[in-house]
Amino acid sequence: MRTVNSAPKEKRKGRNETWKKICQNWELYIFIAPAFFYFLIFSYGPMYGIQIAFKNYIPSKVYFGSEWVGFDHFIRFFNSYYFWDLLWNTLSISLYELAIGFPIPIILALAFNEVKDGFFKRLVQTVTYAPHFISVVVMAGMIITFLSPSNGMIIHAIEGLGFSAPQFLTSPGWFKTMYVFSGVWQSAGWGTIIYLAALSGVDPGLHEAAIIDGATRFQRVRHINIPALIPTMTILLILNMGGLLSVGFEKILLLQNSLNMSSSDVISTFVYRSGLVDAQYSFSTAVGLFNSIVNCILLITVNQIVRRTSENSLW
Amino acid sequence: MVSGIKLSKRDRIFLICIYTYVAIALLLVAYPILYIISASISDPKMVASGEMWLFPKGITFKGYEIVFQNSKIWTGYGNTILYTLIGTTINLVVTMPAAYALSRKDFVGRGFFMGMFMVTMFIGGGLVPTYMLVKGLGMVNTMWALVIPGAASIWNIIVSRTFFANSIPAELQDAAQIDGATNIRLFLRIVLPLSMPIIAVMALFYGVGHWNSYFGAMIYLNDDAKYPLQLVLRQILVLQEMQSQVGGIIDATAAAAQNNKAEIASLVKYGVIIVSTLPIIAVYPFLQRYFVQGVMIGSVKG
Repeated sequence: MRTVNSAPKEKRKGRNETWKKICQNWELYIFIAPAFFYFLIFSYGPMYGIQIAFKNYIPSKVYFGSEWVGFDHFIRFFNSYYFWDLLWNTLSISLYELAIGFPIPIILALAFNEVKDGFFKRLVQTVTYAPHFISVVVMAGMIITFLSPSNGMIIHAIEGLGFSAPQFLTSPGWFKTMYVFSGVWQSAGWGTIIYLAALSGVDPGLHEAAIIDGATRFQRVRHINIPALIPTMTILLILNMGGLLSVGFEKILLLQNSLNMSSSDVISTFVYRSGLVDAQYSFSTAVGLFNSIVNCILLITVNQIVRRTSENSLW
Repeated sequence: MVSGIKLSKRDRIFLICIYTYVAIALLLVAYPILYIISASISDPKMVASGEMWLFPKGITFKGYEIVFQNSKIWTGYGNTILYTLIGTTINLVVTMPAAYALSRKDFVGRGFFMGMFMVTMFIGGGLVPTYMLVKGLGMVNTMWALVIPGAASIWNIIVSRTFFANSIPAELQDAAQIDGATNIRLFLRIVLPLSMPIIAVMALFYGVGHWNSYFGAMIYLNDDAKYPLQLVLRQILVLQEMQSQVGGIIDATAAAAQNNKAEIASLVKYGVIIVSTLPIIAVYPFLQRYFVQGVMIGSVKG
């Protein structure tokens, strides 16, 4: 076999090299092993468990010995009277959050960028980043305390201005607004970091040239800084779209009560309730799977649209 | 910033608008925080009536006394510290070596591993299959259910990988290898000591995550004595278990007592918010630089 032409020889040489590299760096496989097994067990393991969505899983039976039922659970979910409510609540909370929560950090970052370096800037940044580190339980506690009808701070303020304060916590009409704006309060400042990083990468020469051309500060923000943020904005927008159906469910769960349920119940809280509280394992898994599939489709669609219309995309 | 150039009138107006806007943002974020601090040491009657609106009035430390006397809060604190320490250690032990391996260009199979990890960002098994897995592994009602299922985050692995790839000179690694250093030696003796900033960032991100998490504990733990602080807080702040549940007949004195109890309960709420958030808020200004660095490493070059 020594007389064959050079191509396979090179191939073999390449293969040998690969083997040599693998042998040389065998320790790197030990390095990656914990993460590999972690993801294999705790991420891929549950993916294998998704099969119970198509089965009638009964915990007392052998782990996966239950009978197949096909799409029964999905059909039951789609035909249930709460299906459209859940879908509407999930989508409307997400879109509301996106519409308010997405632009605010951008505007804030553009403003921060105009503030001169110094004590004031440091103060503003330190203070606005801080709420990011408040836990979701404390956040929910703050919302409940501030909006408490008897002695809440926000209620006092509204009444102090001469208006009658609505029942924020118990009226379905206010739930989404309360959810979205508390989220803005908590994360808008932190969200500026990524945009500030992008702004710090803007070539100062562009600004100098613009100043010489007589541009005002506002014009420079509009024609230099905003375009500089667009790649970051697109990536974050795509990522946000992918999570459209998985709204911050921990906070909703904490703020939910029987009176605001009609507008606060979303798919993920429903999955939690039907799955872990009511122990309808198969049904809940099916609902969760539906949620992930819609998320995936949204992510791919948005990425596709963005890729066609601009040069930025996730992949 | 270009200095020495006099601001035009339009620029000045623009800047005034910007500063006003930033100042309003500052006030909106800072006010609730200051209010909670003041309310936690004010007379609850003044807070309830709205007389206390910025500075504490009728200073009392009764709320804190009750908080510190509550044994549940102390056990919660202890548990949270334990879970945070063990959880963060596991996180780092899994994340750092994996990220380092993935940062090496001569690591055969890094595309495969990267792809396999990335998939988990977008696809998952969902709540019930994960719960059943954890249950099947016998971890329910143990600390392990809180620290093992979150042992690594793909986002943090990517951030660390980016740091290793960009901040540790490849020449240094090559030189060490030529000198006969094995990969383990290279990693422990050369790479890790040079990676303190990223280790700090990761420890902080993971640590804050453990400190603040409640959902895992809520679904996996059923023994009060193992509850972390956040779950105790949930009982006090959200489920309002501190508030009296006295129902039925209310005469004048009972109503007064009830009222008093409710006031104390709200005082306690402000107190626990401070007590539980204090450790993070206290270290935060010192660590802010690292946090910000972490986000930037992940975002700009990620």
